Amino acid sequence: MFNKVAVPVMSILVFLGLWELLVWANGWPNYKMASPSDLPPAFWQYRDLFLIMGWQTLWRTVVGLLLAVVFGTLLGMIIGFSRVARDALYPLLVGFNAVPKATLVPVIALLFIGQHDFNTVLMAFMISFFPIAVSVGIGLSTLEPEYRDILRALGASNFTIFRKIALPKTLPEFFGALKVAATLAFIGTNLVEIVSPHGRGLGALFKSGETNGNYPLMFAVLIALAVLGIVLYYAVVFLEKIFAGWAERAPG
Amino acid sequence: MGGPDRTGGIEIENLIEIKGVKHAYATASGPLPVLDGLDVAVPKGTFAAVVGPSGCGKSTLTRLVAGLMKPDEGQVYLHGELVKGPRKTVGMAFQNPVLLEWRTILENVILPLEIVATRMSRADRVARAMDLLDMVGLTGFENKRPSELSGGMRQRASLCRSLVHKPEVLIMDEPFGALDAFTREDLWQTMRDLRRAEPFTTVLITHDLRESVFLGDQVIVLSGRPARTQYVMPVDLPEDRTLDVLYTPKVADMLHILRDQIKIAQGRHEGAH
Repeated sequence: MFNKVAVPVMSILVFLGLWELLVWANGWPNYKMASPSDLPPAFWQYRDLFLIMGWQTLWRTVVGLLLAVVFGTLLGMIIGFSRVARDALYPLLVGFNAVPKATLVPVIALLFIGQHDFNTVLMAFMISFFPIAVSVGIGLSTLEPEYRDILRALGASNFTIFRKIALPKTLPEFFGALKVAATLAFIGTNLVEIVSPHGRGLGALFKSGETNGNYPLMFAVLIALAVLGIVLYYAVVFLEKIFAGWAERAPG
Repeated sequence: MGGPDRTGGIEIENLIEIKGVKHAYATASGPLPVLDGLDVAVPKGTFAAVVGPSGCGKSTLTRLVAGLMKPDEGQVYLHGELVKGPRKTVGMAFQNPVLLEWRTILENVILPLEIVATRMSRADRVARAMDLLDMVGLTGFENKRPSELSGGMRQRASLCRSLVHKPEVLIMDEPFGALDAFTREDLWQTMRDLRRAEPFTTVLITHDLRESVFLGDQVIVLSGRPARTQYVMPVDLPEDRTLDVLYTPKVADMLHILRDQIKIAQGRHEGAH
């Protein structure tokens, strides 16, 4: 338990120390690179904005991610169970995934003018469903036929086989993908908040820091984003422990 | 068709009857015939061991009996009834024990009951599973995960799972193939003891001729692909065999005959080179 908390905390302190040292040794002014000691005043000065905008970023990311989980799982089931669907959808999916999402921000901003919450959630969703769909699809299509046969030979329906075997067996892959997707969803949210700012979210706070030449604020936003990302990631890890803990082998 | 078979005036009910089955798989380079004239009759309560060269369609045979697929030609009967699809009275075991990693051993064994005995109480299910686990020597391991057990123990658990719903027919596709020789012999004896305790009719696919003679009431040799029934050997040995029987001259002779039949099936007749 000591190691689980103390070691990560120590590594963060070392990181901050090296960062401070780097800025101090180079004699950089804080408009070139802010140092960790500049951050607490920035956080304190804008504490209300951090809470409000941090919450805006967080809920829109989580809603987008939830949509991605539902849609990605359904899509994964389709490409996992049907060869035809797999052959038909893979090129489209890969193509869609390859399009840099920054280029889509103006597109959806024009499509749904003024719907900033909707646009942000949509982007978080679009950027994060792909890994979920692919991993669920691969998990299902690589299910060994014997697993299916032990229940099919008893006359079990496809739905029963999915619920009792395919779904739980795919959970470890699903959670692996969800960790990637959670990080991606954050990128999507911030992309919209920065490229198409409507004064909402940490991305907008970052943008206003940039406009006003408030560099400590910009760095403070980056740190806040990192903290939110860590929180979301460990929320997924927590769920994984509950639902797919069996996949973890005892150490040694 | 099917049903009782008159052999020398004695009526024997064949629980499993396969008549003139032919089957081909569609492949990229045209149809690939795997079965071509398969005839198998397994009287109720007996044990049929099926041997044959690699890739001769033995696994197709198990899927036919389980009702997981239909043959292009010919018929498969269970109880004199044409097999049209899966039925709850079949149990299957494979070389890969396919235990569910997220369930304990006990919950793995109970799985078929969740499908075929939906009204059975939880206590009855547990009692039935524990009985079987006891018979195969897994008492005390019921709350372990499959990954905590050895290969032989996993296969024992898999056997329990295939028998937990008291199937009429047990279909085994090389269940002991991946085990080391000593573990395999242990499992042969477990299998023999299970047969004494539970009434079921068995089709065992195997590569091991000693296994086929030790466990079987008849040994069926299939020819190379496309497979037909090439040779049937009745195994005339006492019911409760011990491993010693494998070292008797009688069994040595039987193994010799089977060995020759396999060579013919492989197209490598003695002295052909």
